[in-house]
Amino acid sequence: MNQQEMTIKRISTGEGSKRRRRLLSKIVLYLILIVIAALMAIPFVWMLSASIKADREVFQMNPFVLIPKSPKWSNYKDIWTKIPMLTFVRNTVILTIVVTFLQLLTSSFAAYAFAKLNFRGKAGLFLAYIATIAMPWQVYMVPQFLMMRKFGLNDNLLAIICLQAFSAFGVFLMKQFYEGIPSELNEAARIDGMNEYQIYATIMLPLSKPALSTLTIFTFVNTWNDYLGPLIYLKSVENKTIQLGLKMFISQYSSDYGLIMAGSVLSLIPVLVIFMILQQYFVEGVASAGLKG
Amino acid sequence: MSNEKSQELDRMQDELNEMMREIMSGKIRGKEKTKKLRKVDRMQRIISKRRSGEMFSRAFKKDLVSYSFIAPNFIGFAVFTLVPIVFAFALAFMKWDGSNEITWSGIENFKRMGSDIFFQAALKNTIIYCIGTVPLSMIFSLGLAVVLNQKVKGRGIFRTLSFFPYVGSLVAVTAVWKMLFHPSKGPINALLYYVFKVPQDQLPQWFSGSLVLLSLILFSVWKYMGYYMVIYLAGLQNISPDLYEAASLDGAGTWDRFKYITWPQLRATTFFVVVMLTINCFKIYDIAIMLAGGGSGELTTSATVLVYYIYQKAFIDWDLGYSSAVAMVLFLIVLVITIIQFAGEHIREQ
Repeated sequence: MNQQEMTIKRISTGEGSKRRRRLLSKIVLYLILIVIAALMAIPFVWMLSASIKADREVFQMNPFVLIPKSPKWSNYKDIWTKIPMLTFVRNTVILTIVVTFLQLLTSSFAAYAFAKLNFRGKAGLFLAYIATIAMPWQVYMVPQFLMMRKFGLNDNLLAIICLQAFSAFGVFLMKQFYEGIPSELNEAARIDGMNEYQIYATIMLPLSKPALSTLTIFTFVNTWNDYLGPLIYLKSVENKTIQLGLKMFISQYSSDYGLIMAGSVLSLIPVLVIFMILQQYFVEGVASAGLKG
Repeated sequence: MSNEKSQELDRMQDELNEMMREIMSGKIRGKEKTKKLRKVDRMQRIISKRRSGEMFSRAFKKDLVSYSFIAPNFIGFAVFTLVPIVFAFALAFMKWDGSNEITWSGIENFKRMGSDIFFQAALKNTIIYCIGTVPLSMIFSLGLAVVLNQKVKGRGIFRTLSFFPYVGSLVAVTAVWKMLFHPSKGPINALLYYVFKVPQDQLPQWFSGSLVLLSLILFSVWKYMGYYMVIYLAGLQNISPDLYEAASLDGAGTWDRFKYITWPQLRATTFFVVVMLTINCFKIYDIAIMLAGGGSGELTTSATVLVYYIYQKAFIDWDLGYSSAVAMVLFLIVLVITIIQFAGEHIREQ
């Protein structure tokens, strides 16, 4: 290595250049972040902007205005009368709350037994759950529909509840989490004279907030946003969910862009709110669950 | 009589103790041991039942508590999931229109697929969609996770934002996409026309013909990348910071650190993400319906997918047996992917 090369090397590893390089990589990092954030946010910004525009303003590009001079707030009022939005919202709220509640309750209940109790047939029962976790619902949706029809549940909200509320995934997620809680806790509580139901309610349940939050997000989002399930079962207008109703509106009034976007914004609010409230536990919950079909 | 009974019980207890000693001594192992343990358990139940003179043994009562925990979920799960699954397997070998007599048709349904061009188009489109979506989603979600794992200002906001597409309802976000990519009025094509000078008659028709699958792929990557990013984030947080520290002492640059530490350390996560992505891609249905579906939600041959074909055969044509047979193809694909996953995990553990 000759003198010149050594000097160059010394300079390039010098403090000043190091700091400059770090600054440069910081800038690149933020540039990437801003581009990604823009890609993620633009559709939502567009949605909000279009929801307060008149139909002829929506596609006006030259110049593009984010907030029109006279915002058409009436879009948010008219959508409730153009379609029976209130009925759709009511149906979706009922479904989502009942399904999420049943899912949390029955999954955590069953998972407690699988994680912390010993009983005959445990392995076999759990195998039944595991074996179906990778089974896509689409594979058995047809026979399930035929069965529900036989039960007289066709065009009935109860069908969607039955179909969504008892998932193998919920049991699996909760069991994974409970297994991370030391069993000594249960032993100590048993010695103190608590029965299993008390241990579940007073010790395990309060400890499993991250798993319960994750399961709530998944169940809430899936039920609220589900399309294929309600499409198969809910035929009459008074039973439709917000997704079906919005889709119906889009195919009937395909060029009422402002109204479509106002309806879309309304349909997004509840899931976004739930997600923002519970998201602090989400990474942890996904990490412990992993499996989601 | 009662004397006889107690004698018999004592004899059983002795036998039981003998067995326990045998197990404790550690002479028997593996399968033999589990078999013995099960026998011990059974005998204990019998003895305690006879001793107490009650209907059920104490162990059985303890089991009942466990069963009471499981029952609420299991009953619903068995009725609404297990039964239909069994029914689905049977139906694949039947011919039924939902109201008339069911008839056995053997493998007739599966033979039909060989000459069914619509089925083949659906399968082909689904596979192309998967081949496009899986690697792109993986690369983007990994990149996003790596960037968001750095110490950057406003990290929380960026994380939340990248999750919006995932939680946003499909009907709403597809409605926006259809406007953004509107062939004649949308801003994307306006950009191509004004800035990139693409002639008007060559502007892409995003939701019909040959571009449909590309649109589905782009949309899916956008919508689901936040979810897989969270899985990658969880994986990244498991990598020990010492590794990076050692690397930067050795003077490794950003790319070297990624290549020699992050990527190999994330192998398990990547494997899992790819498997999950592939399975979910094969289940595509509603994205296709909403982006490329006609007024009543029908799909043309260039956009049809496997689940849509299952739906169409069952709920439009009422060809239930054939629909179930197509569903079995979907099941087999997912099963093979799952087996590959299990095998992969097994290899890793060894």
